[in-house]
Amino acid sequence: MDFAGAYSAGHLKFLLKGFGVTLEVAIISIILSFIIGGAIATVRYSRITFISSLLAVIVETIRNLPLLLIIFFTYFALPEIGLKMPITAAAITALTLFESAMLAEIIRGGLNSIDKGQIEAARSSGLNFIQTLRYIILPQALRRMVPPIVSQFISLLKDTSLAVVIALPELTHNAQIIYGQKNSYVIPMLIMLALMYFIVNFGLSQIARRLELKRV
Amino acid sequence: MDFSILTDNFGLYLEGFKNTIIASVIALVSSFFLGVIVAVMRISPVKVLNWLGTGYVEFFRNIPVLIITFFFYFGLASIGIELDGLKAGTTALSIYTSAFIAEAIRAGIMSVPKGQMEAARSSGLSYNQSMRLIILPQAIKIVIPSLGNQFINLVKNSSILGVVAGLDLMYQADLISARAFVTFDVYLFVAMFYLVLTIPLSLGVHYLEKRLARSH
Amino acid sequence: MKRFLKLTLISILAVMMLGACGKEKVGGGAKNVDAKIKKQDKIIFGVKNDTRLFGYKNPSTGKVEGFDIDLAHALAKEMLGDENKVEFKEVTSKTRIPMLNNGEVDAVIATMTISEERKKEVDFTDVYFQAGQSLLVKKGSNIKGIEDLKKGTKALAVKGSTSAINIREKAPETQVLEFENYGEAFTALKSGKGDALTTDDAILYGMADEDPDYELVGGTFTEEPYGIAVKKGNTALVDKLNKALKAVKDSGKYEEIKSKWIKH
Repeated sequence: MDFAGAYSAGHLKFLLKGFGVTLEVAIISIILSFIIGGAIATVRYSRITFISSLLAVIVETIRNLPLLLIIFFTYFALPEIGLKMPITAAAITALTLFESAMLAEIIRGGLNSIDKGQIEAARSSGLNFIQTLRYIILPQALRRMVPPIVSQFISLLKDTSLAVVIALPELTHNAQIIYGQKNSYVIPMLIMLALMYFIVNFGLSQIARRLELKRV
Repeated sequence: MDFSILTDNFGLYLEGFKNTIIASVIALVSSFFLGVIVAVMRISPVKVLNWLGTGYVEFFRNIPVLIITFFFYFGLASIGIELDGLKAGTTALSIYTSAFIAEAIRAGIMSVPKGQMEAARSSGLSYNQSMRLIILPQAIKIVIPSLGNQFINLVKNSSILGVVAGLDLMYQADLISARAFVTFDVYLFVAMFYLVLTIPLSLGVHYLEKRLARSH
Repeated sequence: MKRFLKLTLISILAVMMLGACGKEKVGGGAKNVDAKIKKQDKIIFGVKNDTRLFGYKNPSTGKVEGFDIDLAHALAKEMLGDENKVEFKEVTSKTRIPMLNNGEVDAVIATMTISEERKKEVDFTDVYFQAGQSLLVKKGSNIKGIEDLKKGTKALAVKGSTSAINIREKAPETQVLEFENYGEAFTALKSGKGDALTTDDAILYGMADEDPDYELVGGTFTEEPYGIAVKKGNTALVDKLNKALKAVKDSGKYEEIKSKWIKH
């Protein structure tokens, strides 16, 4: 094992560059997923008959498929029906598709956790559905949803590593190029990779825990 | 949709399906036992065990399963330990999933009323006996739905075997699409194979969750 | 139980519906890449990043280097008057055709064999390099040639490459394990995951060059003429590339590049 060679300044810079891509893709995807997932959850929560059931089937299907398959599919299969995307866009699309479905369920769970009595009270006091959602349900539900949403973001950060299969130049991909040079680099590189993911994700999970404690 | 792709390559699909199931089931069983051990360590009154258990859970929960897989496939090989793709992938899946299962079981143990441990101890059982005979059986019953969820994740995560030539569904899909010069249909069939496994599992989990909620 | 079956069925049906969505065959006569190159005043080449001697990203400098890269610069000089009017994007054996069809790259110069099957999807220039499939093994290995790949042996290859298909024909008894890219496949060989790594000799020489514990054995058993690929239907661009290629060959620049990288 050659730790000194593996951790040369040039290599570390190359890794950090990859980490930048990882963060960029993860942050864009989580923002998009939050918006789309929120919209899906609201529609399902309001029980607009046909659309709600349709969304339920789509969400369940996506949630039950491997993300790796969705990434492959987005990049290699969708072009066959005319949907072509560059690598970064494909990675973001695939991650957003998958995470939206995950977040939709978390948000719906949050909405459902609000006591129905409150809704009735709000409605009978003259608020319409949108107002009830906005002033009564969302503020409470959002607070409950923050910890699971942070956990989901951690999953997303880990999941970006799967985009190596479409050669997205993110952290894991760049590490592969480095350890491809010498066998003695493999273990040092994997340790460095694990540490980089760990530091960010553990930090995030501590924030989530703090938020959870505050709520109780 | 071209069903000849499915029929022409049925052997490959079936082999992949078989290996996906084998990897998932073996990883489920081993991650369950590992998870129980780690959970017991985490709540153990012995400080060192406690730290080890917590460190294990926090570390493996916060790094991508892909990196653990690379470690067992390429990393161990660089120091002379040989595992093929299927074995390396299954081992990595077991370790990764065990961290989540340990957390679930720990939560289950915490939900068993404290009085039970005291009662068991005062009736003459040792700490280990009380844990094994009284607390764990109840805790595991409570967490069966979340174990189910972990199994679904396992089936989905097993797709990373494809990246280390693990001969699973994802891997075979690549071979089929390289030969058939189509990707779209090849991956749709793969998606169906996964859904056949995961949808009944998720419905089962939903059902158990409901039943558990009712019994409380 | 009924609900189980119903939901499973609905999901599978939903996936099938996706499959039924009419498929438009991509390729043919789409955007004019030649005009695009003129407008952006540079050529975006898809190149390998993990193939020593042809297209390799040096992790210490972050620069891509190799035969394909130098040739791309020389072609840009002929076509646009400046060898620096190029941009390089990474492709792998699996991603290069999708990236060409996506318009993400204008041309692919990435150790790509001209084959009849591929000609249906992309257009190729004239041959710019003649390679052949061979085997790379650890020095002292029992494998001395393709005939030694018998039952119980494992050959490593790259997904989506012609060599993965060829090896199954030429050595049907060996088990073939396929990886995402050459870097991973070579790491797998060094990790003892297989007895031999098979692909074009030109690529294998790069690996042997990198790690002297490995050598090529048994000569070549196929012919792999490399061409530059462009999106199907762009004949004007193919003509221009061929003209530039000829000029690079006539001026002696081609030999200069070749002797710089290929020393065998």
